[in-house]
Amino acid sequence: MRSIAHSFKDNAKAALADPQLRRALDNIKTGFITKRAAAAARLPEFEALRDAARDIKNHTLDHLDLYLERYAENVQAGGGHVHWCATAEDARAAVLEICRRAGAKTVTKGKSMISEEIALNDYLEANGITPVETDLGEYIIQLRHEPPSHIIAPAVHLTKDAIEADFRKAHPQFPKDRPLSEPRHLVDEARQVLRSRFLAADVGITGANFLIAETGSSVIVTNEGNGDLTQVIPKVHIVVASLEKVIPNLYDLSTILRVLARSATGQEFTTYTTVSSGPKRPEDPDGPEEYHVILLDNGRSRMLGGEFREVLRCIRCGACMNHCPVYHAIGGHAYGWVYPGPIGAVLTPGLLGVEEAGALPNASTFCGRCESVCPMRIPLPKLMRHWREREFERHLTPAPVRYGLAAWAFLARRPALYHWLLGLEMRVLGALGRRKGRFAWLPFAGGWTRHRDFPAPQGRTFQSLWAERKTGGAP
Amino acid sequence: MSGRDAILGAVRRSLKRAAGDAAALAAVEARLDTRERGPVPARAQIDAKARVDLFQAMAEEHSATLTRVAVAQDVPGAVATYLKKHNLPQRLRAAPDPEIDALPWDTQSLLTVERGRAEASDETSLTGAFAGIAETGTLMLLSGEAAPTTLNFLPDTHIVMIKASQVVGPYEDAWDLVRAKHGPGELPRTVNFITGPSRTADIEQTIQLGAHGPRRLHIVLVEDGPGEESEDGTGDGA
Repeated sequence: MRSIAHSFKDNAKAALADPQLRRALDNIKTGFITKRAAAAARLPEFEALRDAARDIKNHTLDHLDLYLERYAENVQAGGGHVHWCATAEDARAAVLEICRRAGAKTVTKGKSMISEEIALNDYLEANGITPVETDLGEYIIQLRHEPPSHIIAPAVHLTKDAIEADFRKAHPQFPKDRPLSEPRHLVDEARQVLRSRFLAADVGITGANFLIAETGSSVIVTNEGNGDLTQVIPKVHIVVASLEKVIPNLYDLSTILRVLARSATGQEFTTYTTVSSGPKRPEDPDGPEEYHVILLDNGRSRMLGGEFREVLRCIRCGACMNHCPVYHAIGGHAYGWVYPGPIGAVLTPGLLGVEEAGALPNASTFCGRCESVCPMRIPLPKLMRHWREREFERHLTPAPVRYGLAAWAFLARRPALYHWLLGLEMRVLGALGRRKGRFAWLPFAGGWTRHRDFPAPQGRTFQSLWAERKTGGAP
Repeated sequence: MSGRDAILGAVRRSLKRAAGDAAALAAVEARLDTRERGPVPARAQIDAKARVDLFQAMAEEHSATLTRVAVAQDVPGAVATYLKKHNLPQRLRAAPDPEIDALPWDTQSLLTVERGRAEASDETSLTGAFAGIAETGTLMLLSGEAAPTTLNFLPDTHIVMIKASQVVGPYEDAWDLVRAKHGPGELPRTVNFITGPSRTADIEQTIQLGAHGPRRLHIVLVEDGPGEESEDGTGDGA
């Protein structure tokens, strides 16, 4: 998809003024957060599993070339094909070629963030192939021509009323007076509509949560079963996955799966976890005749070499955004590209460049909740700080911020002057604000006072009060 | 240069390592050979009887239903009773599995049993399972000649028959059984872990069952005795 990360500030402003988005986002606080906490508390080994999961990915990333080679050899040995794709363009072309050879008219799709990253749907449509998203959330946003606003709950920004309106417009085959106001009605209608799509598809495309080097397998994790219907019915199954999805073996898979669902939705285990190894075997009564893996780099090999390597441990559970106060306020679309929230704030500048996405790592209070819940213990605030440093080094930071920081640095190195100036400011503001106790407007503080009053200081600084107290001047 | 070589070259440049580094290769081989287990929850390391109880409790927590029968001969009766209770047609699409074929279906004169992969019109399927995993109430099903994968996803109701001796504690024990059957590094085309019926929370985070896969998952558990054969984790997988 085309990035609008560069206009983050405007996107965020618009999001803050959207009352429907406010209502929809409120569900996150009572839903994901409470459920994750309960699931973690129920498993005494949860913290130890997080350490183990982090170590598995660190080991794999340290030997990524060798595990990728082993993985690809095992896929080929099982009768599948691996397509190594350096860029999004290569990946799109490889998918299209497979679809063309299969004579495909429609493809069903399981949820895949990599597919969003390479903008696959638009490309297939432009080439005369109809992609049908089958995850309920993805289906809804495809009807609306919107990108996902969350990596595991793509339609989390919508209320059921909005979805009802979309379904009434998109499904004219059903009676106009049918009941459609409850989630149950909407789920049943989508099930009915998509069932015929599953059966008619020529090619099924899924993502992969993991690739297993030991067995050459791809793994998908879903609750709906749509990924499985996508890959078992059509005659061709295409997996789109990025390099860092590979892990060594099936025990490692078991360890990471124990933290994935609990961190994501607070489930003990996801309803369907499916390990696929190649096309159908001669004795199999069903399954795809062809099995292809699109193995995408698109910037990962570069990130592996620098200070952002740790972000490649991400297993896309969504916990960081579920716990982010900034995400709660603005939702996912404001981030402007595929990956929202703290993970997007680190990953997007790495994949698209800090010129495009520099605003994202600045959209953080550094409260640290993302790191505290990340199952892979990715130090997201530290990595966001690294991006801010890069941005500053490259003179991309806006001039007022640069001059402000320079002035502050000058004063911070001269404590006497700093205290004197601050004391003066407090006295002046204290005197000016004594009557109302607040300011509706202050120079250089428009960003604050536009939305709320600035409380007037009491006329003294903390430092001077503290000094007085220490010398026994105050009671 | 092929895409493969270009990508592997870029990865090695970032890792600052040449191709064919012996120490790195040894580390990878060691990791794949030893297959060390990570932390296994204490919850899953329990005796055979407790395993079966935990399997049932966790499966039910995930909205599956479970009936226990004493012997395999009771399965057709339990299936017919379940269909009747839920007002479902007395008609099944069963996996072409010798163990299912061997059951006394003729005791249920109203029940029609067809074999094979699922068709779009099938309302109820019956399959075996390779293992049950007590840790989270999860079924493990392997694809193969006797186990079409479509049966697990297309019908509205999926009934699974499993023996108590097939229930293991953690996921790792189930993988060991697969490895014993298929050999190291080898898997059937599809391994399905199934925990309860299909669900979604994509609309306002309210959980709805039956998104795309089965609306109901029913397990018929044959109490073949938590026998000695299961103590060492080698139940006789179907």
